[in-house]
Amino acid sequence: MIDINLTLNGKKISDQVDADSVLLDFLRDHDCYSVKRGCETSNCGLCTVLMDGMPVLSCSMLTVRADGHSIQTLEGLQEEASSFVGFIADQGADQCGFCNPGFVMNTIALLRENPDPTDDEIRAFLAGNLCRCSGYEGQLRGIRNYLNSRVKE
Amino acid sequence: MITFQKYVKVQSLDEAYELNKTRKNRIIGGMMWLRTGRGSVNTAIDISGLGLDTIEEDDEEFKIGAMVSLRKIEKHEGLNSYSNNAVQSAVKDIVGVQFRNMATVGGSIWGRFGFSDVLTVFLAMDTYVELHNAGIVPLSEFVNMKRDDDILVRIIVKKTPIKISYSAVRAQRTDFPVLACAVSEFDGMYKTTIGARPGKAILIKDEDGIMAAGITSDSAKAYADYVASHTPTDSNLRGSAEYRTHLTKVLTERNLLRIGGIE
Repeated sequence: MIDINLTLNGKKISDQVDADSVLLDFLRDHDCYSVKRGCETSNCGLCTVLMDGMPVLSCSMLTVRADGHSIQTLEGLQEEASSFVGFIADQGADQCGFCNPGFVMNTIALLRENPDPTDDEIRAFLAGNLCRCSGYEGQLRGIRNYLNSRVKE
Repeated sequence: MITFQKYVKVQSLDEAYELNKTRKNRIIGGMMWLRTGRGSVNTAIDISGLGLDTIEEDDEEFKIGAMVSLRKIEKHEGLNSYSNNAVQSAVKDIVGVQFRNMATVGGSIWGRFGFSDVLTVFLAMDTYVELHNAGIVPLSEFVNMKRDDDILVRIIVKKTPIKISYSAVRAQRTDFPVLACAVSEFDGMYKTTIGARPGKAILIKDEDGIMAAGITSDSAKAYADYVASHTPTDSNLRGSAEYRTHLTKVLTERNLLRIGGIE
């Protein structure tokens, strides 16, 4: 077992992990159930979390590599997410909702990096988040409506 | 599923090299491809603490550390200004932003994967790899070397004046390419790299001087035919050999016309 120290949603955590443990399992073991297990081959984006503010796939990140870093999951970003998730819900963009936390996490990363993205920039940034229920247009409309509402303010 | 018995975050390249001499040990890059593998690794050798996650640029070259992420080269202004955005074009559709934040240039180049957009674009440039033991080797040689226990330290891209264009065909954004193609002109020679043939990228030079009189619609077509006739292709679930040969002609011609300012 390997000792690690990291910051999870603002809280310092010390633990011991196996050499091949992945961050996805570690986070769910620490009650972060927004982090979903999807493809486990780095393709679907369901397990997206922020590591030092950067979106990464927790299914493919060794937990030991999070040592000394800051990890944020949707549990720790409720307030930031609340500004736009209602607009996505208003579009009925999700059906089963399983992909939603990953979408929201990556949208947070997008809006931090590019606060005023074009539709093409939104599509490009969120291309690594797969949804098997929708055609992605609902999510796009929701984010666009949120951005438009900000302009009116 | 891949399992690790031990994990060592090395303090030096020498330490990594010694550990990597044991067959059951593995250097880990971004873990994107390795994660999908099977089997048991004795020691996972992590080189992420060696400062190899930066791009150094001076008047003569770019030195890209092996642990630099694909996202970093996608957004690097100097590299993309030099390559007329060919580097960005090559990586922008590789899965998603999260994936590209983790996948490393070193892992992509070391793997010499058939599907690699990264290998395809850098092979069309004046590129070298710095190996810990073997030293600096042209990428065009490295691509055909057998995998051994050496360690890829950096990718070096010389700032040789270049014209280059990159394009790929995908059945769907974020999927592996059906075919990847880069066309460049430097040192007075036109070069084409074809990746996802589906074999690893191949470099075809204009040895017959087809382009000696410059880029015209006719010479571009003739050169595209020449490249296609020298590029072995095969079939897999993404496309047939015949389709790939057709794409080789189309993409080569299109890239060539683009660097000639014709299209």
